[in-house]
Amino acid sequence: MRHTLSVLVENEPGVLSRVAGLFSGRGFNIESLNVAPTLEQGISLMTIVTDGEEQIIEQIIKQLRKLISVIKVVDMNEIKCVDREMVLLKVNAMEQYRAEVLRIVDIFRCKVVDVSPSELTLEATGDRGKISALIQLLHRFGIKEIARTGSVTMRRSMQVD
Amino acid sequence: MKHKGSQILLESMIKEGVDTIFGFPGGAVLDIYHQIPNYPLRHILTRHEQGAVHAADGYARATGRTGVALVTSGPGATNTVTGIATAYLDSVPLVVFTGQVPTKLIGNDAFQEVDIVGITRPCTKHNYLVKDVRDLAKTIKEAFYVARSGRPGPVLVDLPKDVMADACQFSYPERIAMRSYNPHYEPNLKQVRKASSLLKKAKRPVIFAGGGVIASNAHEELTWMARTLQIPVTTSMMGLGGFPGNDPLWLGMLGMHGTYVANMGINNCDLLISVGVRFDDRVTGKLESFAPEAKLVHIDIDPTSIRKNVSVDVPIVADCRLALQSLRTEVEKLLESEDLSTRYAPWREKLMAWNQAQPLCCPEGGDRIKPQAVVQKLYEITQGEAIVTTEVGQNQMWATQFYRFHQPRTWISSGGLGTMGYGFPAAIGAQIAFPDKLVLDIAGDGSIQMNSQELATAVSYGLPVKIIILNNGYLGMVRQWQELFYDRNYCSTCMHHNPDFVRLAQAYGAEGYRVERMEDLDQVLRQALESKQTTIVDVVVEQEENVYPMVPAGAGLSEMLLV
Ligand SMILES: Cc1ncc(C[n+]2csc(CCOP(=O)(O)OP(=O)(O)O)c2C)c(N)n1
Repeated sequence: MRHTLSVLVENEPGVLSRVAGLFSGRGFNIESLNVAPTLEQGISLMTIVTDGEEQIIEQIIKQLRKLISVIKVVDMNEIKCVDREMVLLKVNAMEQYRAEVLRIVDIFRCKVVDVSPSELTLEATGDRGKISALIQLLHRFGIKEIARTGSVTMRRSMQVD
Repeated sequence: MKHKGSQILLESMIKEGVDTIFGFPGGAVLDIYHQIPNYPLRHILTRHEQGAVHAADGYARATGRTGVALVTSGPGATNTVTGIATAYLDSVPLVVFTGQVPTKLIGNDAFQEVDIVGITRPCTKHNYLVKDVRDLAKTIKEAFYVARSGRPGPVLVDLPKDVMADACQFSYPERIAMRSYNPHYEPNLKQVRKASSLLKKAKRPVIFAGGGVIASNAHEELTWMARTLQIPVTTSMMGLGGFPGNDPLWLGMLGMHGTYVANMGINNCDLLISVGVRFDDRVTGKLESFAPEAKLVHIDIDPTSIRKNVSVDVPIVADCRLALQSLRTEVEKLLESEDLSTRYAPWREKLMAWNQAQPLCCPEGGDRIKPQAVVQKLYEITQGEAIVTTEVGQNQMWATQFYRFHQPRTWISSGGLGTMGYGFPAAIGAQIAFPDKLVLDIAGDGSIQMNSQELATAVSYGLPVKIIILNNGYLGMVRQWQELFYDRNYCSTCMHHNPDFVRLAQAYGAEGYRVERMEDLDQVLRQALESKQTTIVDVVVEQEENVYPMVPAGAGLSEMLLV
C-alpha cells in the first residue's frame, strides 16, 4: 500500500543522501520525495511517498527513526491530512484544441503560466487523484513535457471523521 | 588561550577516557601526530589501516570500552572500510578519525582526497565532516556518545587538515543535547508482564541469547533467569560467552553449524525468549519453518531488529539488562505460586536425549590431525581461561563448537560480516587491553594471510598473541561448499604456495612451531601457550575435513546434515 511519510530532519549536508541511501540500500522504493526548510531554524521537512507491504513500511519507519539526523517520522496514512502536489504541463494547444484545453483549465482551476501559438503551459495543484485526472484528460491533445513535485502533506487541524 | 584543532582533538579524547589509539599516519594527519607525544595517549602503529580498525574493534570487544582508530585521508581512509563495516554489523562501539584534505580543496579531486563520509554512510552508525574548528569539540563529544549509547556502532569523524591547524578557544561540552537521538533503555512494563505470563503457560521454553546480552552486560541476569527457572539456553555466534558454556543448561550454538540439540530445541519449543539477537539468516535457516510452534518474546534495544525477519508475539524494545531485571521481578512473583522448573523438567529430559543421540564430537581416524581435536586441546589446556579470536571459515566454526566460553568478552569473532583477516589484529587489540591474559587467534591458512603483516605490530609491542593455524591447505569453508553443493569442483580454493608459516614468524622476530602428528600436539601447544612471545603454531590438519552438523543455506533447522 502507498504510504506518505512526513519526516523532520536536521538541515545539514548529506541528510538527503542518508535518507535516500537508506531506501536504496535496503531495496525500498521511493515514489516521490520533497524537501524544504521549515519555520524552525535548522530543520527541514521531507515528504516521502513510498509503497510496500505493511511489514516493509514498518521497517522503513523504524529505520528512518534510527537515523541520527532524523528528528521525527509521522505516517500520514494514520491521520487525516491535506495532501497536495503541483504539476507544470506543456500541452499541445493548436488553434482547433485551444478552447477545449482552456475549458479544462477552467474546470480544474489551473493557471496558464506560459503561452505560444502552439503550446500552453499550465500550472495545477491538487491531490494526486486530481492531478492524475487532469493528466489523463490532457493526454489526447498531446502533453509535451511534464514536471511534478510529488506530494506535500500536512495534518488537518481537526481530526474528525 | 587558543588551542589548535589537533590539540582539541587529543584533549577531547582524554576527556572521553581514551588511553589507546590504533593508527597509521599520513600527510593529512601530521598535525595530529605532531601533538600525540604531548598527551598521555598510547598510539599503536599497525602495518595496515584495516589492522588498526580491527585492533581497535578487538580492544572494544574485549573491554567493553570504545575503540579508537586514527588514519590519514584517501587510501588510509578507504582501507578502514572493511574494519568499519565489520564493527557495524556486530554493533561494536568505535570512533574512527580520518584525515581529510583542506576544506578549500574538498570536492576538487585533490591529492589523496576521497569522500569517506559518503563511502561510509551505509556502514557507520553516524558520521561527520568537521568543517570548522569551533565545531570540533562538540562533534567529538557527540561521536563518542553516539558510538557507545543505544545499540553501539562505529562512528567516523573526518578531519580536514586546515581544521586541525586552525585554532580556537577550547571548552569541552559537559552535556549532550541531540534533539534527534534519544536511545530508549527502559522496558515497557506491560510487555514484560506479557512475557512472564507466557512463561507461566509454557511447557517447552528455550532462551536464545545474542550479542546484545554481551553488549549490555546482561549475562548475570540471563544466567540467573535460566538457572532459576531451569530453562535451556542456546546462543547465536555473537552470544557465545553470554551464558557459561559448561552449564548443564547450555545447548550449544544455534544455526547453520549449531548443535543438533539447539536446533531441535528451537524446532520444538513452545516459547522462545530471544534476547539481543537479530535473527540472521545463518541462525534461522528457512524462515517459514523457524520455531514453528513457539510464541516469541523478543528483547532488543534496536526497534528495527524487531519483526525484521520473524514475527514476534511480545516485542520489548529496551536495554537487554534492564529488560531482564524487570522480567526477574515478574518471575519472582510467578515463583511464589509455582515452581516452574519442575514443569519444564520433561522438556529438559527430552533435550538431553536429543543431545545424547547426536552430540558434537571430534571425528577419529585418518593419518592427519583433526582440526576439531586442536580446538578441543586448546580448551583442555586453557580451561576456557583465554580470550579467543578467530578468523573466518571452518576454523571459526570449529572454535564455536569445540571451545567453551564461560565469560562474556572472551569470544571475539567477526559474526555479521564474516571478515577474513579480522582475528589476528583483533587479538592484538585484546592483548593490548589485557597484557597478562592469554590471547589466541584460531586461524585458517587462508585468512591469516589477509593481515599477517600485523606480525610486525605484535612483535614490536611485545605482544604474546598466539596464532594457531588450522592448516588444511584450502580455503576450507568454501571448499566444503564446493564439495557438498558444486560437484567437488575445487576451483580456486586450494592454497598452493602457502608460505612456510614457521619461517614467516621467524622473519618477523616471532616464534614459530609446526605440528604434523597428533602425538606432538599437546606438548607443542603447551610450549607455545607458555611462551612470552608472539607465536605461530602451524598445525597441519586433515585437508578435507568438514564442519558438521550443517543446515544447508535456505533449509529449515530440522533439515541438518549430521556427518
Ligand atoms: C575478506 C573475505 N573474503 C572472502 C570470504 C569468503 N570466505 C569465507 S570462508 C573462506 C575460507 C577461509 O579459508 P581459511 O582461512 O583457510 O579457513 P578454513 O575455512 O580453511 O578454516 C572464504 C574465502 C570472506 N569471508 N572474507
